Amino acid sequence: MNDKLYKYLLMLGDNSMILGHRLSELCGHGPSLETDIALTNISLDLFGQVRNIFQYAAKLKGANTTEDSIAFLRTARQHHNCILLEQPNTDFAHVIIRQYLFDAFQKLQLENLCESADDQIAAIAAKSLKETNYHVRFSAEWCKRLGAGTSESNQKMQEALNHLYPFSFEFFEQNEIESEMYSKGIGPDLNRLKDIYFSQVKTLLSTAELNIPDSPARHTKGKSGIHSEYLGYILSDFQYMQRVYPNMQW
Amino acid sequence: MVVELNNIDKDILDALASVPDPEIPVINVIDLGVVRQVKKVNKQVFIDLTPTYTGCPAMDMMSVDIKKAIDALGYETFVKLVIKPAWSTDWISEEGRRKMEEYGIAPPLEENLDKRVLLDGESLVSCTHCQSTNTKMISQFGSTACKALFKCHDCLEPFDYFKCLK
Ligand SMILES: [Zn+2]
Repeated sequence: MNDKLYKYLLMLGDNSMILGHRLSELCGHGPSLETDIALTNISLDLFGQVRNIFQYAAKLKGANTTEDSIAFLRTARQHHNCILLEQPNTDFAHVIIRQYLFDAFQKLQLENLCESADDQIAAIAAKSLKETNYHVRFSAEWCKRLGAGTSESNQKMQEALNHLYPFSFEFFEQNEIESEMYSKGIGPDLNRLKDIYFSQVKTLLSTAELNIPDSPARHTKGKSGIHSEYLGYILSDFQYMQRVYPNMQW
Repeated sequence: MVVELNNIDKDILDALASVPDPEIPVINVIDLGVVRQVKKVNKQVFIDLTPTYTGCPAMDMMSVDIKKAIDALGYETFVKLVIKPAWSTDWISEEGRRKMEEYGIAPPLEENLDKRVLLDGESLVSCTHCQSTNTKMISQFGSTACKALFKCHDCLEPFDYFKCLK
């Protein structure tokens, strides 16, 4: 059981970690000072949430496992994040759409995890949810502002949405571990969340004057460790210091 | 927020009150409401500390500073981070709110008013320079995750607002 719970924690944590890293790449490169600071603050929150999750995972694993060894010493195939989160910061529209598609899911997931039969997961979720409420406000606000902005901003948002929206289906492709967590009352019923999610997303996108793309869902397998080419590059950057100077500390 | 104290001498409380929040140095860790429990067993002191925001880089520094301050009294101090129940801005003391405002950070409003400011752009936050409420949010995220950035339409100065977190 502990082994499965451990894997489940990696799934929860890796989404936040990989997106947190993508957002950290924007530090000093945001389109304006305010958005730069906002995105890096969100990155910091995500890393804080990951630390809580990985500290718990390390405790389950025992032996020499630490939050840092989990974060810095796994190969790409040992990562369980959804493919959406590793998509690059192509432009601000992509950054915002990716963020909103994740935030809306994460908020729903955390609301459910607050009721988890696992006390530690419930505590982490309750803490993280307070922060995620701010994130989704930020990303939804920008979706509306840019989607319903000028024809150029609308067009860029629509292009980003066309590209990224199909990835959002992976959140709900419930795998074996997630099914088991649901049956034990630890994780949410992703099938049920799916309908709520897409109805919320549709409402927001229509306010933002954006059209739901008719491109089909992408059946990606990030949660099982099958990733896009991007993840390798992310990890070579993210893990560089620990790989070159093993066990280094600040 | 009432701190749970077990077998605690005044010197330990004074030492805690001497530890500032590194990012808002006029406020100490007691004012901020992050010290949840203090327990003394012989010459050992055990402290439960709760983070404001999960990624707040100031938490590690506060832990180290707390240990240093109490160790200096001749104790061996153990600081543990606990996350449940999650910290709320309601736990900032009255004293803390007053010092925060003097320092130039508007203290958090009640949750319902906070929402009206952050979501609907209403002008309810008082400028820390001139007390006018003719103010506007510039960015939901300020210099740290816990603050939003505001400007005052009367004195035209910018200021920080400590967001309500519940
Ligand atoms: Zn003013």
